[in-house]
Amino acid sequence: MKRHLISAADLTRDDAVLILDTAEEMARVADRPIKKLPALRGRTVCNLFFEDSTRTRISFEAAEKRLSADVINFAAKGSSVSKGESLKDTAQTLEAMGVDAVVIRHGASGAPYRLATSGWIDAPVINAGDGTHQHPTQALLDAFTMRRRLVGPDAGLGRDLDGKRITLVGDVLHSRVARSNVDLLHTLGAEVTLVAPPTLVPVGVETWPCEVSYDLDSVLPKSDAVMMLRVQRERMNAAFFPTEREYSRRYGLDADRMSRMPGHAIVMHPGPMVRGMEITAEVADSDRCTAVEQVANGVSVRMAVLYLLLGGNEPAVTHPRTEEK
Amino acid sequence: MSKILIRGAKVLGGAPQDVLIDGESIEAVGTDLSAEGAEVVEAAGKVLLPGLVDLHTHLREPGREDSETVLTGTRAAASGGYTAVFAMANTFPVADTAGVVEQVYRLGKEHGYCDVQPIGAVTVGLEGKKLAELGAMHESAAGVTVFSDDGKCVDDAVIMRRALEYVKAFGGVVAQHAQEPRLTEGAQMNEGVVSAELGLGGWPAVAEESIIARDVLLAEHVGSRVHICHLSTAGSVEIVRWAKSRGIDVTAEVTPHHLLLTDELVRSYNPVYKVNPPLRTERDVLALREALADGTIDIVATDHAPHPHEDKDCEWAAAAMGMVGLETALSVVQHTMVETGLLDWAGVADRMSAAPARIGQLAGHGRPVSAGEPANLTLVDSAYRGEVDPAGFASRSRNTPYEGRELPGRVTHTFLRGRATLVDGNLA
Repeated sequence: MKRHLISAADLTRDDAVLILDTAEEMARVADRPIKKLPALRGRTVCNLFFEDSTRTRISFEAAEKRLSADVINFAAKGSSVSKGESLKDTAQTLEAMGVDAVVIRHGASGAPYRLATSGWIDAPVINAGDGTHQHPTQALLDAFTMRRRLVGPDAGLGRDLDGKRITLVGDVLHSRVARSNVDLLHTLGAEVTLVAPPTLVPVGVETWPCEVSYDLDSVLPKSDAVMMLRVQRERMNAAFFPTEREYSRRYGLDADRMSRMPGHAIVMHPGPMVRGMEITAEVADSDRCTAVEQVANGVSVRMAVLYLLLGGNEPAVTHPRTEEK
Repeated sequence: MSKILIRGAKVLGGAPQDVLIDGESIEAVGTDLSAEGAEVVEAAGKVLLPGLVDLHTHLREPGREDSETVLTGTRAAASGGYTAVFAMANTFPVADTAGVVEQVYRLGKEHGYCDVQPIGAVTVGLEGKKLAELGAMHESAAGVTVFSDDGKCVDDAVIMRRALEYVKAFGGVVAQHAQEPRLTEGAQMNEGVVSAELGLGGWPAVAEESIIARDVLLAEHVGSRVHICHLSTAGSVEIVRWAKSRGIDVTAEVTPHHLLLTDELVRSYNPVYKVNPPLRTERDVLALREALADGTIDIVATDHAPHPHEDKDCEWAAAAMGMVGLETALSVVQHTMVETGLLDWAGVADRMSAAPARIGQLAGHGRPVSAGEPANLTLVDSAYRGEVDPAGFASRSRNTPYEGRELPGRVTHTFLRGRATLVDGNLA
């Protein structure tokens, strides 16, 4: 595995399976009375968030604390960044304070890559979402959720998502979740289909390892998992689609559409959901929707990533089953 | 004035000849000219060209002297073999009045490294709303003949039409930065396969091509001349080719970087590759080279755009657009055009000296290397190979995309009206 986690495309199939298997081990920690491992004791991780994100930051923070790391949270709002300090200066300041890893969320695509490759700092960099580029830990937690649900928590160990049919629906153009998922799911052997109005599919998509469809209803019966992407209401002001109602009618997931999915198929959403837009409340609250489960899995996956990037290669948890392998 | 004998240079890449400079002019061109009373420059194996002329330079003064001044920019020009540069109008304040263009003109004269011909803004403050006093700038001491809102497009079709018509009264030309603004809101790089992967806002080719198509039709309709700045796409080439075949009075320029670099480089997210118009695809690069060779594109212009280090040492979205180019232009043209067999040195002299001087109506530049002509000359060691080292630049800025890249050719001498501004690669 590389030193940094910038893009889901950086992961090989074996890297990704190792992370998912490690995440399974980490998930077991959450079932213990004391949800803590000593793996990163004495290490300092900085969550460097230049963009508002409560969910992802809390998820990383929970993962870091469960691994006993010391955590520094840095939010751009109210910080020296608003006074014009550059990304470079901020990162160097933090490193001077002895940070062992930087988790970065940034509104500019490529900011984590710049941070990792410009010689500004030495610490490993984990991308927690950059612009409309990548969000690799989100893709990992999505893959983890799919493997658990579609293959099984135990049966899935050591395995990928070979042959699973995954459909992503919504604002692909502005979505780092879509880009990361296409890369990772392809690496894991899944067949990915993107569904969106043509205005929300990027020019250049033809080289992506996936299919593109404009017709949700034709794709649903052939899907093992359907991931709904958030669609911001403001998009209609830029003429990406005419109205919220028309969007919902053509690309929203309601109970009627959900019933056309195979019985075993799941509905996923990276959150935050816009209920009534891309997903109805009925679907969001159904047993088939894994949105809440994804949040829980996010902590396990982020623990696995932090552990593997920072903690070395010894097993995280001694467990009889891992020794058998 | 002293005499200088340039001995044994391949004039325009041809057979070795001697060129004798007396005062400000070329006295004689021939073989075995007498060196008596003359300082001798041994030029065996080197190529002698007319002094290069850049129709598109950002000198940044007044207003952004932290990135470049008329002095540092003209020193960079002399280093790159240029004897004249046209200074773009997007300074602070904007060069939209006779006062500002005269200031820039005067600074160029005072420093003496190369002639500085100011370009006037088309509209007040480059805002695209109201015509600047084009006539007053033309009648000023600077004698402005080229007008451009470069950096911004004159996107209003009526304003563009009026500007094209108005400058006919004094033989001016409008140089258009072709960029449809609505199609390029938030644009960060060429729209295509790479932008889709990188998640950077796309700058589609059609945003350039649609403006060029409109403007050549406007020029035809009102019987005016139009010049297209930094043409960057294969589609733009087709439109200009069509317009020329139709007899429309259009000229076009290409930058050295668009002849060599592609949007694949943006994968590094290194803002040194961030430029406007953006780096395009390999297909575009090849079409541009071919168009420059066949004359569809008339000239190479650098779009030399200096920026301070901090404006490039940051994340892509926060970075400024632009690259310095004066000191590497000839090397890139040698690499992409001469060494590929697309253009000979006489062709280079046309595209980088004669044609830009003609488009900008600049007297005394871009002339043949022959007796009686002004001694504006550039001597090139075309056999040289070396890595680009920005630390050696005369420009105040270092934002070159070629750092560490091996490029051929090195300008050793530049003469401005008989006076050496560059000697053995060192500024005089």
